[in-house]
Amino acid sequence: MTREQMRKIEGGIALTLSTLSALVGLFWLFFILGDVLVNGVRALNLSLFINDPVPPGVEGGGLRNAFVGQLIITLSATLMGVPVGVLGGTFLAEYARGRGISRIISVLSDIMVSVPSIVIGTFIYAILVKPVGHFNGWAGAAALAIIMIPVVLRTTEDMLSLVPWTLREAAFALGAPYYKVIIQVVYRGAATGILTGILLSIARVAGETAPLLFTAFNNSFFTLNMNQPMPSLTVTIFQYAMGPYDNWHAQAWAAAFVITIFILILTILGRLIIKWRYR
Amino acid sequence: MPGTVEIEVKDLSFYYAGNLRALNKINLSVHKRAVTALIGPSGCGKTTLLRCFNRLHDLYPKNRYEGEIMLQDENILSSGTDLINLRSRIGMVFQKPTPFPMSIFDNIAYGLKLKGIKKRSDLSERVEKALRHAALWDEAKDKLNASAYDLSGGQQQRLVIARALAVNPEVLLFDEPTSALDPISAAKIEDLMEMLKKEITIIIVTHNMQQAARISDYTALMYLGELIEFGDTDTIFVNPQNKLTEEYITGRFG
Repeated sequence: MTREQMRKIEGGIALTLSTLSALVGLFWLFFILGDVLVNGVRALNLSLFINDPVPPGVEGGGLRNAFVGQLIITLSATLMGVPVGVLGGTFLAEYARGRGISRIISVLSDIMVSVPSIVIGTFIYAILVKPVGHFNGWAGAAALAIIMIPVVLRTTEDMLSLVPWTLREAAFALGAPYYKVIIQVVYRGAATGILTGILLSIARVAGETAPLLFTAFNNSFFTLNMNQPMPSLTVTIFQYAMGPYDNWHAQAWAAAFVITIFILILTILGRLIIKWRYR
Repeated sequence: MPGTVEIEVKDLSFYYAGNLRALNKINLSVHKRAVTALIGPSGCGKTTLLRCFNRLHDLYPKNRYEGEIMLQDENILSSGTDLINLRSRIGMVFQKPTPFPMSIFDNIAYGLKLKGIKKRSDLSERVEKALRHAALWDEAKDKLNASAYDLSGGQQQRLVIARALAVNPEVLLFDEPTSALDPISAAKIEDLMEMLKKEITIIIVTHNMQQAARISDYTALMYLGELIEFGDTDTIFVNPQNKLTEEYITGRFG
């Protein structure tokens, strides 16, 4: 066999193996998405969004409490996590740029990103649930916020570093103090990147269940009071899917469908913003 | 040729962090309402010198100046100098155009707002004046609210000049302002400088010998952080006193 033939055969094997691996991955992805889509759409109805749960055995009812709870927890987490993340990233990229402390914090937040979320859940349990004596919405929001912070922080840092130095120097050369340079010039240059990071971090926490189990727990009643246990879609899905009733299963499918679509939209929006900005 | 001195550099030495000496006892008189060109091979310290005039080196820790730079009667290297005020008196234009990520109007209004001018009518008036001044008004007047990035490279450079002019500086520093531009855009910037020097003092760093000869009234040749020769441009180019100057401008080294 000549060397060219050998090369072609080797190339063929590599191509086949990598195509196969890709297909295996995609198969499961579409299997899951398809399953959620088919079962979710079938179970979708208006009652799901406007009614609260009814006792097992009774027909109808909905998950209004969980939708609203999820929204409140996610929103509060965003309000807590985003400012800390953005300001922290600003500190690293601007004020502490090039210093050892900046690199250390960067590495630490990279580690934080990959800490299992249940660990964060138990941590918050120890400081915000145990002392209070009961599960509460604030604890849930805090747990999600802690998951968001390193993601937002690192994106902000990276995006700010991409803004050319000459732009800052040009602003300084006009007599601007540093905080004005950052807020009025650098943030504008990095705005779309930071926004994308924020959207993706929301998408990341919207699907979290484990940290909520230890913190907000769940509540079968509608509540706006964050001092009480708070329902969320993900924990509800967990509970309903494990439950023995068929209409619980149907509602869990519907909830899974809604939250998947929500995350999908956030992710696509994030990508579109990048594409629109850097076209 | 106008004779008054605007800036007097006296025994100026400059050290980058780590005590790396980049300038060694520079003495130089920058004349009012004239163009002074700083020339010399790469790494000779001409940009370093330029950035002393608006204290841009202060942005980075541990940089150190020695000597004096007198702007009229005031030593701008003294620790009491208000940098914000200094930088609105001495503007700077960089090698690559540096428009801010905002509209054309807001770019020019930026320096004005920093100075506390907030009234819309005042801003509009001064933005228009600055754009006319930088010969950009006709091209930009219909798209003041468009992003500054929509302008071409040459237009962006004139926008940046307009932005610097808007705050009425006494001195403008140019750091190789045309080296990133095509010849036609570069010619427009040169024409602009020719007009501007009737009102303000210009210091320009350039690698382009022809450009220095064309637009400058005074030329300083620098080499290894030292000022080798300084004089009016005609003398430097036609009858240089120093052997090094002669070799550099005839292209035998550098």
